[in-house]
Amino acid sequence: MYLLATDLWFILEKAILIACIIGLSFFIAMYTTYAERKVAGWLQDRHGPNRAGPFGIFQPLADGGKLFFKEEIIPLASNKILFLAGPGLAMITSLVTSTVIPWGAPVATAHGAIPLQVADVDMGILIVFSVVSVGVYGIMIGGWASNNKFSLIAAIRGASQMVSYELPMGLALIAVIFMTGSLKMSEIVASQAANGWHIIYQPLGFIIFFVCALAECNRTPFDLPEAENELNFGYHQEYSSMKLGFYLFAEYINMFVSSAVITTLYFGGYDIPFVNEAAWGLEPWLLSLISFAVLMTKIAFFLFLFIWIRWTIPRFRYDQLMNLGWKKLIPLALVNMIISAAVMLWLRK
Amino acid sequence: MNIIQILFWFLSVLAIFSALMVITSKNPIYSVLWLIATFFAISGHYIMLNAQFLAIVNIIVYAGAIMVLFLFVIMLMNLNKETEPQKSRWLKIAGALAGGCLLLVLVAALKNSVTKEQFATVNEGSIGLIKNLGKELFTTYVVPFEISSVLFLSAMVGAVVIGKKE
Repeated sequence: MYLLATDLWFILEKAILIACIIGLSFFIAMYTTYAERKVAGWLQDRHGPNRAGPFGIFQPLADGGKLFFKEEIIPLASNKILFLAGPGLAMITSLVTSTVIPWGAPVATAHGAIPLQVADVDMGILIVFSVVSVGVYGIMIGGWASNNKFSLIAAIRGASQMVSYELPMGLALIAVIFMTGSLKMSEIVASQAANGWHIIYQPLGFIIFFVCALAECNRTPFDLPEAENELNFGYHQEYSSMKLGFYLFAEYINMFVSSAVITTLYFGGYDIPFVNEAAWGLEPWLLSLISFAVLMTKIAFFLFLFIWIRWTIPRFRYDQLMNLGWKKLIPLALVNMIISAAVMLWLRK
Repeated sequence: MNIIQILFWFLSVLAIFSALMVITSKNPIYSVLWLIATFFAISGHYIMLNAQFLAIVNIIVYAGAIMVLFLFVIMLMNLNKETEPQKSRWLKIAGALAGGCLLLVLVAALKNSVTKEQFATVNEGSIGLIKNLGKELFTTYVVPFEISSVLFLSAMVGAVVIGKKE
């Protein structure tokens, strides 16, 4: 067949890349749960998990195994199809965003350069944004299908929170797009490698974006949808076994992916700071590996920041959350956008 | 069949099937979810016509924001099969007749139009790319564009005024 004959290598290359990225996301998410408990222990002056393996390094496997073997309960009054679809949707939407992130410098081979990015599309950053806006369905459907009032309230809270914080996020993004003149993720990284990272020019935009990322991931101080003292457990109260595991895991994958997006947008992506790595004369594959390691280091820092904030700042009240989103962040993001536009116009003239 | 044709048939069948499911589902939540699936299928068609910006905005605005509000309202109203108002059979027949008449008029009106010979350019043409679209909107169509943005602003102000407590 014509279709398969020409595209086979392309499909194979992308399939391998997708498998690697999904595996990497799961691996990082696993060890973020471990890091979360370790950092919590450290901040609260206790040991954290230290029984399974040296330093408790096998704790995530033990947790996963435990969830896997738990009894699976589907409430009789629930809507079964949607009850099962909820965690799956949450997982899919958290994984899809990673397709447009450039994970490292392209690997030059005999058959041409292989980009370490599944899809370098024209709309890169808008795809991230659209997946974020669709991401609320996992919570909403799961919460509604549980047929539990707490879950429903949590689902509605989650949805309104995510819809509210998408707006300042988009406005902060526009300022970044002004700087780059492109929506392609690869070009955003390339322009930062050439002109300096966006964090230098857009500190306010970065803060707004980061706060919104916290809210979109439902992380403390914005974890209103799972506020256990008001809503028992929120939208995943009726879930057990691996379905609960999917919801909890999706949160960590969201954290990982949003750290990657923040790094790509504001901290130069896979760019190595302060050096011109092209002048080193290294093997191309080695350079790709180093750039990938640099990206992962930056992501690890942001994951730590997420965890650090969780164990430091208490939860907002719901009205405070809405006030912050609509009355503070949106005007701030608008001002940031207008000032950026004015400065860009002034400098270009 | 090349990959474009396979995709086209897949998306078309998906769009029509989910659109039918929107109107035949008893549960309003299912209707909304099928409508979201329809929007995704239509976005896929936009991408095949190389209108990438339209495709993404369709997902962000319709699937991601407006349908969330639909779902919101339906979940809060707690609509079930029992609370669904039962319409009489005559109303159903009248509706089918009226819809059929509309279809007849549309087919009759479009049957001899010139658009029949024009085919959509698949996977080519660059006007749908964000760069060209932005240039076109801010040069050729700048006045209608700005007027519609003022319209949106006034709608927002109106919503705030209505939503304000006395």
